[in-house]
Amino acid sequence: MVIGGGIAGIQAALDLADKGIIVHVVEKTPSIGGRMAQLDKTFPTNDCSICILAPKMADCFSHPNTNVITYAEVVGVEGKAGAFKVKVLKKSRYVDESKCTGCGECLEKCPVKVPSEFEMGLGVRKAIYMPMMQSVPRVMTIDKEHCLMTLKGKCGNCKKACKREAIDYEMKDQVLEVEVGAIIVATGYDVWDPTTSTEYGYGRYPNVFTAMEYERMINAAGPTHGHIERRSDKKRPQKMAFIQCVGSRNPQVGHPYCCAVCCMHSTKEAMLAREHHDDMESSVFYKDMRACAKGFWEYVERAKRDYAVRYVNSDATVQENPENHNPIVVYDVGGRQQSEEFDMVVLASTLIPRKDTIELAKILGLKLDQFGFLESTDRILENGRTVVPGVYLAGYCGGPADIPESVAQGSSAAAKAVETLVQAGV
Amino acid sequence: MAEKKAAANEKPRIGVFVCHCGSNIGGFVDVPSVAEYAKTLPDVVYSTDNLYTCAEDGLASIREGIRKHDLNRVIVASCTPRTHAPLFQATCESAGLNKYMFTFVNIREHCSWVHMKEKDKASKKAKDLIRMGVARARLLEPQEEAKVEVTPASVVVGGGVSGMTAALSMADMGFPVHLVERDGELGGFIRNLNNLYVTEKSASETIKPLIEKVKAHKNIHLHLNSQLKGVEGFIGNYEVVIGTKGAEDLKAKVGTIVIATGALEFVPEGLYGYNQYPNVVTLTEFEILCKKKTLPKLKNVAFIQCVGSRGQVKSYCSRICCNVAIKNAINIVDNYENMLGLMEKSGTVVEKIPVETKATDEIMERRRRRRGRERGEEGEAEEVKLGPSEKIEVTVFNRDVMAYGVEHELTYNKAREKRVKFVRYTTDHLPKVYMEGNQLMIAYFHETLKLERTMPVDMVVLSTPLVGQPDAGELSQMLKVPLGQEGFFLEAHVKLRPVDFATDGIYVCGTCRGPADITECATQASAAASRAAIPMAKGYVQAEALTSVVDETKCSGCGTCIQVCPYGALRKNEKGYAEVIVAACKGCGCCGATCPEGAITMTNYTDAQLLAESRAALEEV
Repeated sequence: MVIGGGIAGIQAALDLADKGIIVHVVEKTPSIGGRMAQLDKTFPTNDCSICILAPKMADCFSHPNTNVITYAEVVGVEGKAGAFKVKVLKKSRYVDESKCTGCGECLEKCPVKVPSEFEMGLGVRKAIYMPMMQSVPRVMTIDKEHCLMTLKGKCGNCKKACKREAIDYEMKDQVLEVEVGAIIVATGYDVWDPTTSTEYGYGRYPNVFTAMEYERMINAAGPTHGHIERRSDKKRPQKMAFIQCVGSRNPQVGHPYCCAVCCMHSTKEAMLAREHHDDMESSVFYKDMRACAKGFWEYVERAKRDYAVRYVNSDATVQENPENHNPIVVYDVGGRQQSEEFDMVVLASTLIPRKDTIELAKILGLKLDQFGFLESTDRILENGRTVVPGVYLAGYCGGPADIPESVAQGSSAAAKAVETLVQAGV
Repeated sequence: MAEKKAAANEKPRIGVFVCHCGSNIGGFVDVPSVAEYAKTLPDVVYSTDNLYTCAEDGLASIREGIRKHDLNRVIVASCTPRTHAPLFQATCESAGLNKYMFTFVNIREHCSWVHMKEKDKASKKAKDLIRMGVARARLLEPQEEAKVEVTPASVVVGGGVSGMTAALSMADMGFPVHLVERDGELGGFIRNLNNLYVTEKSASETIKPLIEKVKAHKNIHLHLNSQLKGVEGFIGNYEVVIGTKGAEDLKAKVGTIVIATGALEFVPEGLYGYNQYPNVVTLTEFEILCKKKTLPKLKNVAFIQCVGSRGQVKSYCSRICCNVAIKNAINIVDNYENMLGLMEKSGTVVEKIPVETKATDEIMERRRRRRGRERGEEGEAEEVKLGPSEKIEVTVFNRDVMAYGVEHELTYNKAREKRVKFVRYTTDHLPKVYMEGNQLMIAYFHETLKLERTMPVDMVVLSTPLVGQPDAGELSQMLKVPLGQEGFFLEAHVKLRPVDFATDGIYVCGTCRGPADITECATQASAAASRAAIPMAKGYVQAEALTSVVDETKCSGCGTCIQVCPYGALRKNEKGYAEVIVAACKGCGCCGATCPEGAITMTNYTDAQLLAESRAALEEV
């Protein structure tokens, strides 16, 4: 079983399924794809993220050896390596997955608008929804917290609109029992909410965004159709600031670690701003430019040379010009304080383990490190092997990792799982 | 098993299924009229529209159509083959029709979605697309996918941590593995090192269990003092020649190959006084001194980062050197006495590394105090209780400290707590190493303070990048896998296929694909093992049915196709003509496009089919 349907989990599942092993993939949200599906492009090649991910999502779902259970969570585990019994709570989506084709006729008729989680709250979705265009499986889900029918028993528009009679308001949550030989945990990360670090003004100053919000904004399929817009006046910015290490490398907020991907994603985001408009001027305020994997430093050099990205080696905080809501970045050059007005600020907010990792760790008997990442027994040679035999880790839930590292960890966890199955004689 | 229809010589009987996709297509394209139009096209004997062709009733209508109307070709006009072709092909097969007799026409992404505001034109374009599909479908022929058996054994090249981990993982999965190591012992680059991360254990102690497991494993055939001398074949069917010093060459049949040949450290000839002044050593040399407990007496050590990397000599960042330097800095601050040379302790001077301490403790103390004041944020040096080796001062000259992730960053913080100084420099002001009399000196520009500074040092440690093995090129040619500009092997896809090569059956891990720390190497190694185990566990590979075919009557044996093939799927046969290795061919068509004689065609994408499709596109209706 693979818990988490992001890129690490998908890779682990495909590696196992391709070896002829039956894999159950349990995904909490209505669609697999995870964080990578939210990103616009990927460094250092500027490949479109969803374009390279979507085929993998489709493969993962349609593989004859996989059973993808979406909108579901692991609620209990018994047994040992080679013979685990896993309880999976499959939440009712009030839509029959075997009938829904994802045509979207119901969407137009649904009267309820809700901020979209997938769009980081910048866009809206309906109470019946698919998180994104490329959702896998391509079926709708009714959010019972907001649906008028499930809340008050009034409406029923989607049922009327659905020609395939896929809507079932009486659907109940189910608990499935699944027997598996090994478990791979790949639950990924959350974006830290920088509201509490008041020095950045996030949540107070309208034109301060998090990097994940910006990723959705520059995506053609995103809430602004790829237009970069200020929150205050919907105008397009021309002068952008990217601030690094927001909430990371910062013991005061409990994350002294480096999130390992922000230097690169900010560099990419600054480049993309310039790709969108020739007159975009971006400045990146950084502590150390950690561009240290294959092709990364060359990528930063390219950003400077071909995209006129300016790098400023300084901590930075944000104030605001109250007249025009322009954020003012305060930084330091050779011990002297400087301030500079920008049209928009993007915060490279740190990445933290998913909130429910603690709960899952309890269920599985795993250990957490002091920051809440799932711990490996031996960080040197056995990264991804946990204290529980038969349970392995992949991706960001075990500590900072970028996409290729997560993919490698997915395959690596699959190898460890197969070793276990072979040795258990399964 | 349903009977396959051999449709090659039959008169085409085409069925067209046009999908509404709810309103996705139906809202913008007049689907019923498009379906009616399809009936008028040559050889179309049946046409209908479905609300959702992909839903169970839609699929049933395809099966029903094949049966009732004796269809030998099926066209679905709907969405994208990327997500739906396997479904429709499987449906055709379940009704006894060869899946290559199926044609996909995309009238959603290619039509309705991009022409939402031009309904008439969208309907017309849908008709055009279907007409083209029909023209091609008429000329289709059934294809068979060959199954190629896979020898469930592997060869791993390189006996460092990566190679050993990969070999062990595959061996634990039950596959026999040949592990080929050039040296007389296992361990690779790690054998040079003192310790790994900041651990008490020595590096060789850390990897000892791994070496023992590899040596004892019944599935691992260890070949020390050996090299891969030759490779023939393709995925599942390689014959490799392993040459061992003082022994006859061994031929082995394997299904997969894992490359884990590692890297070397860059030698900074002519940089920062290396090989010119005493006591200027590379990071690895420094580790060896520590490991062998031959460190001279030191009071003041400087590490210079990025020597020869990040745009100087080499373009890349070597990822690991900052963290290795930090580890060593902590080691000497904490544990200096234990690394001192035995000869040093007895008062003898170690050769090549004369040791003289020039600065008195008093001067050192003053400097330390002054720097402490300048740095401001960390307070006065004298207030801080120093570690056991309070007399040693370590400075790390760096451009950016690459202490990424959790562990490295915390170690970096620990180093700063231990008063290791980190001084930033830029490429505009490189530090200079020189001699002043008998004293080794460093001149540098303090970037934060914007001031010129000099300091005496007893030893300068140059952090140089990892570089590819000098003979990686030969291996790359032997296996026909690509080597990047910087001398590291190039994976199939930087994001999503980090340990695969584009050529099936060959995989890569560890520092031979780029700088990586030991944890990352081990992870990549078991990832490569996982990838290699896929064809070995299946026991076969399903070859593409859509491959290139060589017409020997036209082939001149020029070999151009062999050069351009990205998958190593072409070779010369005994007659000197090009021959396609079906198991390795991906049907990309590069060879066909390049062949000067027009001797190579692609099955299912023949010139005749493509021309018919093009003509249909240009046809006036």
